[in-house]
Amino acid sequence: MNASSKFLGPKQKLVLIGNGMAGVRTLEELLKMAPDLYDITVFGAEPHPNYNRILLSPVLAGEQTIEEIILNPLDWYADNNITLHLSKTVTQIDRIRRKVIASDGTEADYDRLLIATGSVPFILPIPGKDLDGVIAYRDIADTNEMIDAATKYQHAVVIGGGLLGLEAANGLMLRGMQVTVVHIGDWLMERQLDDVAGDLLRKSLQARGLKFKLGAQTQALIGGKDGRADGEDTTRGRVRAVQFKDGSEIPADLVVMAAGIRPNTALAESAGIHCSRGIVVSDTLQTTTDPRIYSVGECAAHRGIAYGLVAPLFEQGKVCATHLAQFGIGRYTGSSVSTKLKVTGIDLFSAGDFTGGEGFEEIVMSDPFAGVYKKLVIKNDQLVGACLYGDTVDGSWYFKLLREGRKVADIRDKLMFGESNIGDVGHQGHNKAAAMADSDEVCGCNGVSKGTICKAIKDKGLFTLDEVRKHTKASASCGSCTGLVEQLLMFTAGGDYSATPKKKAVCACTDLSHQDVRDAIDKQHLISLDSVYTALSWKTPNGCPTCRPALNYYLISSWPKEAQDDPQSRAINERAHANIQKDGTYSVIPRMWGGETNSSELRRIADAVDKYKIPTVKVTGGQRIDLLGVKKEDLVGVWKDIGMPSGHAYAKALRTVKTCVGSEWCRMGTQDSTQMGKDLERAFVGMYAPHKVKFAVSGCPRNCAEAGIKDVGIIGVDSGWEMYVAGNGGIKTEVAHFFTKLKTAEEVLEYTGAFMQLYRTEGWYLERTVHYVARVGLDYVKQKILDDVEGRRALWAQLQFALAGEPDPWFEFDKAKVDLRQFEAL
Amino acid sequence: MKEWKNICALTDIPVLGSRRVQRSQGPQVALFRTADDAVFALLDRCPHKGGPLSQGIVFGNKVACPLHNWTIALDNGQAHAPDEGCTAKFSVKVEAGQVMLCEGELASIGLEFEPIKAGPCTRSC
Repeated sequence: MNASSKFLGPKQKLVLIGNGMAGVRTLEELLKMAPDLYDITVFGAEPHPNYNRILLSPVLAGEQTIEEIILNPLDWYADNNITLHLSKTVTQIDRIRRKVIASDGTEADYDRLLIATGSVPFILPIPGKDLDGVIAYRDIADTNEMIDAATKYQHAVVIGGGLLGLEAANGLMLRGMQVTVVHIGDWLMERQLDDVAGDLLRKSLQARGLKFKLGAQTQALIGGKDGRADGEDTTRGRVRAVQFKDGSEIPADLVVMAAGIRPNTALAESAGIHCSRGIVVSDTLQTTTDPRIYSVGECAAHRGIAYGLVAPLFEQGKVCATHLAQFGIGRYTGSSVSTKLKVTGIDLFSAGDFTGGEGFEEIVMSDPFAGVYKKLVIKNDQLVGACLYGDTVDGSWYFKLLREGRKVADIRDKLMFGESNIGDVGHQGHNKAAAMADSDEVCGCNGVSKGTICKAIKDKGLFTLDEVRKHTKASASCGSCTGLVEQLLMFTAGGDYSATPKKKAVCACTDLSHQDVRDAIDKQHLISLDSVYTALSWKTPNGCPTCRPALNYYLISSWPKEAQDDPQSRAINERAHANIQKDGTYSVIPRMWGGETNSSELRRIADAVDKYKIPTVKVTGGQRIDLLGVKKEDLVGVWKDIGMPSGHAYAKALRTVKTCVGSEWCRMGTQDSTQMGKDLERAFVGMYAPHKVKFAVSGCPRNCAEAGIKDVGIIGVDSGWEMYVAGNGGIKTEVAHFFTKLKTAEEVLEYTGAFMQLYRTEGWYLERTVHYVARVGLDYVKQKILDDVEGRRALWAQLQFALAGEPDPWFEFDKAKVDLRQFEAL
Repeated sequence: MKEWKNICALTDIPVLGSRRVQRSQGPQVALFRTADDAVFALLDRCPHKGGPLSQGIVFGNKVACPLHNWTIALDNGQAHAPDEGCTAKFSVKVEAGQVMLCEGELASIGLEFEPIKAGPCTRSC
């Protein structure tokens, strides 16, 4: 007994009914937050500790053993002082006396009750359903019975051509049985696949030896003594045949009913708890009938939906746990789900409305010979559905487009070929995770191999993309390998993991999204971090490295000259005004307006290099000079000796304006691009933004300054200037969109300023212009800047107001709030 | 009996910031000050890739390493799960606005690593 519980008196009692994945996950989350709050009792109808139900198919197929799919061994329950009742089915909940009673008479009192009874298989109400050899496919006992039957019998019939049925059929076939799949629909998995993909799947499974009877309605199961038709009563003994509506029969020694599942609500209903398509729960996972009783998992109906995938159930578990732990924070607001299934080594993915038809546009690619089929369904310039067969690596990308409702007009011609074809890098040509060797690198940013990821998934029991990111860092940086990592999860942990919360919170300090926070700061006129923490009920006293820099930026961009910049809410580079290097030294990049320099600047740089023994001098990609390996204590001296302005090469701010030599020297030049670049750079210097910002100006369409991959690119033509926006030369090379054509240099400044101010005040922190424009749509940006003349001028004026008198942090330390103590000895 | 050594005034350390303490050998020691004026001392070395923790963002009772954003608890030096690792901690005493470290610990803890470049320190200790 620890000190705290002594003061709190006797512990409260928590009872969990249902020893499955959702319920036990909730307990795990609860124990992390409040290990000593409850005496916990768990009832499980099966004789096993919590196991990974999704992996029953590999067990049936002989690829894994029961022991390998156990998630929480018996020791786990003992170590956490959990009373575990195995093989005991709870038959009654006495809500007045607050106790549950099992079929053998075992009782347990509760202060809070968690019902996680999962689902039950749907058994067709036909004659013969109770014969020996007729089973469902739901648990370890069913699996063992199938394995056993495969050693004694020859003919198996699986009723139901959905995911579960096909996995059962595949497993039985691998164990040597002749298997026929009977399916009432005209094609397989009709809820996840369209007819073409369903047909491809059938052909592929037929080639492996499965037989199919589609569009077939089962009328009865015929029995007999030992499965033999010897004239005795056909309604008793073991099943021997399946009979169809048309009177035909096929032999069957084993019948697996896989025609669907239903939420298991019988116990809750008998206790008078409101059920409708499941046990009805609120956003806190509390039943609407009894606030002491919670429900999570396949048995629970949240906003009318009972989820059957593991990721939403785990999200529910996490929220439920915070309420059980009496933190009272977090709400479950539903999940978007996609289906990305692995059926016997065949890749399938579907999401959204993939049937299409009237009012929808379809893009279809079909290569039946190679076994690849892709169908994308578009409505109102948005992707609304996707159905992929054979090559599913882009499933997660399509799912993201679909969820975000991004306009796809600009990428429509490349949409079908996947994310890697949008940019120049992606998943290094790999599109089949299963075929990769363990040593192959999956995540190039963080150097994580397939073997490392698979090992972490197995050893640490990971289920979601987020968990893999946290444990291995794979897909945690640029995200271009997300599809591959999801496939590895699927192969290694089984099942389906593509589910995400509908709204993404900034970080764990709040439930609010970036947009919510921006709106609140604008509408409520919040001008300090403390006022944000208070007004928005921040969960932490001073945020975290994710939210604090974001909040600081939102404050200073929404309320310039009013909100105070907080250096301690900036990462080290923006606090030290230099770039930290891997060895703890810094780099210094002075500003060279438009990339132009002169002999005295170069001389001063050379002298500083000698004086401070700076080891490396390098020309950057942005036409400037980088001094690498400067000691932090030397920074102030280097800045002073060089006597050039800060290049902000370390900041989420305007970096460089790259230029070509232009009409002043170049025999091809049509415009003075160098002067234009210098003017732009002087107008925008010191401009903080959600992320770094790069401009370029070329003097003619040959575009030597590479203006097509910059946040704003200006290209001189004979009649004036072309303006391009939202290009990117980073992780994914994105070509900038043509925005408008302008006549004068003043116009270039005004339009560029308006675009920047729109981005600065609407962009989410760490969102580059390319992502901002993708989110809001280029049409919206055009409407705000090209169509709305007054609005454009107002934006430009706002930006000029914000930038007026911005200090240079290398010289005006006081004004820029640079803490000089960091450069001085104590 | 611990021999305490005066290092600096509490106000020498920025709120939600840090200062560094030089030793005759081994990596420097980072002093952190939280929002509620608690002071903690850790070896200025992230258990991940040796990043200087003194340059990180301080939040709550934690610091985020400036190199790869590992979160280290200030009170015990433990990396935040699922990351694994621990950096050495030092005892700190704040009396009458003076921050003090223990001489014996300064002379003995974490000497197996090289000193770390991350900016100026106390002149010597």
